[in-house]
Amino acid sequence: MLRSKAARWAAAPYLVWMAIFIVVPLFIVIGYALTNADGAFTLENIAAIGRYSSVFARSLLLAAEATLICLVLAFPVGYFLSRLRANKQHIMLMLVMLPMWMNFLLRTYAWMTLLEKNGLINRLLGVFGIGPLNMINTSGAVVLGMVYNYLPYMILPLYTAMTKLDDSSIEAARDLGCNTRRILTRVLIPLSGPGIATGITMVFVPAVSTFIISRMLGGGSNLLIGDLIELQFLGNSYNLNLGSAMSLALMVIVLLCMSFTSSFDEEEMEGVM
Amino acid sequence: MKTQHKRLLQRTYIVLIFGFMYLPIAVLIAYSFNESKSRAAFTGFTLDWYKSLLQNEMILSALGTSLVLALVSSVLATVLGTLATIGIQSMSRRTQLLVNNISYVPVVNPEIITGVSLMLLFVLWQRAGLGGEGGIFGWFTLLIAHITFNVPYVIFNVSPKLRQLDPSLYNAAQDLGCTPRQAFFKVILPQLTPAILSAFLICLTYSIDDFMISYFNCGTMQTLPIAIYSMTRKKVSPEINALSAIMFLVILAIILISNALDSRTYRKNQAAIRKGMAQA
Repeated sequence: MLRSKAARWAAAPYLVWMAIFIVVPLFIVIGYALTNADGAFTLENIAAIGRYSSVFARSLLLAAEATLICLVLAFPVGYFLSRLRANKQHIMLMLVMLPMWMNFLLRTYAWMTLLEKNGLINRLLGVFGIGPLNMINTSGAVVLGMVYNYLPYMILPLYTAMTKLDDSSIEAARDLGCNTRRILTRVLIPLSGPGIATGITMVFVPAVSTFIISRMLGGGSNLLIGDLIELQFLGNSYNLNLGSAMSLALMVIVLLCMSFTSSFDEEEMEGVM
Repeated sequence: MKTQHKRLLQRTYIVLIFGFMYLPIAVLIAYSFNESKSRAAFTGFTLDWYKSLLQNEMILSALGTSLVLALVSSVLATVLGTLATIGIQSMSRRTQLLVNNISYVPVVNPEIITGVSLMLLFVLWQRAGLGGEGGIFGWFTLLIAHITFNVPYVIFNVSPKLRQLDPSLYNAAQDLGCTPRQAFFKVILPQLTPAILSAFLICLTYSIDDFMISYFNCGTMQTLPIAIYSMTRKKVSPEINALSAIMFLVILAIILISNALDSRTYRKNQAAIRKGMAQA
């Protein structure tokens, strides 16, 4: 259908747009990463990333922790939701998505108020004679912020994968002598594989590249890759070339993560949006 | 006995998770009524923060910018994306795959990368002297950035619908005397309208919500999320709490209304199906 010449021309404006605003900018990033301020070719920027290896390691570690916690927390939620009656499922899904619609700056700000030295949690603990605990400006607070912000992104794909899972396969496994643990490892987890893979990508990618959560909840001592990049582009250490090299490294990390998870995920990226 | 025990455990778990998701927002909203500026204690009920929020020039103008930007960029992205979908459909498989893969780049790339890569493009643009006197960053760069990250969502929303369409519809329309143009506007487009509309709404929400990409491409212009960010940097500003409460209510209202509309059309459709089956 619509194989006329006119139809083929319809994509022309977008193709031009795509070339200028998607493809060219990526090549500019590569170009900046491989040149110095005078525009001469250099590998210095790439080499300089080595100096920030601790920041990269911290980013990977905290994002991985947050992803793992999200997976563990979300797995039962996805399962329980998928077993509910259809109309109840609908309401619960709405409840999962509602906080996602709040701007994530506001959600993160909410945790600032809770975790502060004289914030609500410390005051509650104070009633029982505990504390005040030092919670804000720690790496734990950053992980908490990531988990809080990205938990729905884990719940939703898990839930979608598990709605396709029939109760009878669990019953069959039980009839054939599986205990609960074996049902989990042999039936539930393998059959929700695509959901797990999508969920991991959708939590890990934004978590490893954030700079807001670390800035608001991590204080100055928990810099992440995102903070480094932001500092090079808009911050004090303005250096577009170094910033581009860091962005390139971040892209490589994300690509590695995605090729890793996509090996578990035969299905296409549908349901991501 | 054992299943009852299990069910109780499930319920408790779900309640705890939802508590975790909603308590921070509830606290935020509760503090919007707090008289004292500090968050240390609840000293009394007040609506002052709502009053001062509504008189806050910075927030109001940022809200205006965000709304206009979202509307303009979503309209343009929807038009561009719908046209692209139709064009992509008529390409060879190979080209389709290539175009789709490139379109996925802004969707899967971390937002910060999309943000800085566009920023670099505009920096070069500016160095080439194309930016005018005040520099290029501002309304224009924001608009381009928002269109760029929105178009792929339009394509990925509309193209499945276009693929599902019966190809003979278009031919039938022409057999019945439509020009290709009429066949498109009278037959194809109406079938796509729901998908296009939902794509447009997705664009609106992404545009209003976006912080990361706007942050690198806004210059001195402030969208609502950027204004919120600058408020959170000031440590204590209870107006943010009032703003959160209002936003939460607006979102809740939108979801409830769209939900009600959905279930109404659903019931209507079901009734129509039953009627059709009875007639058959």
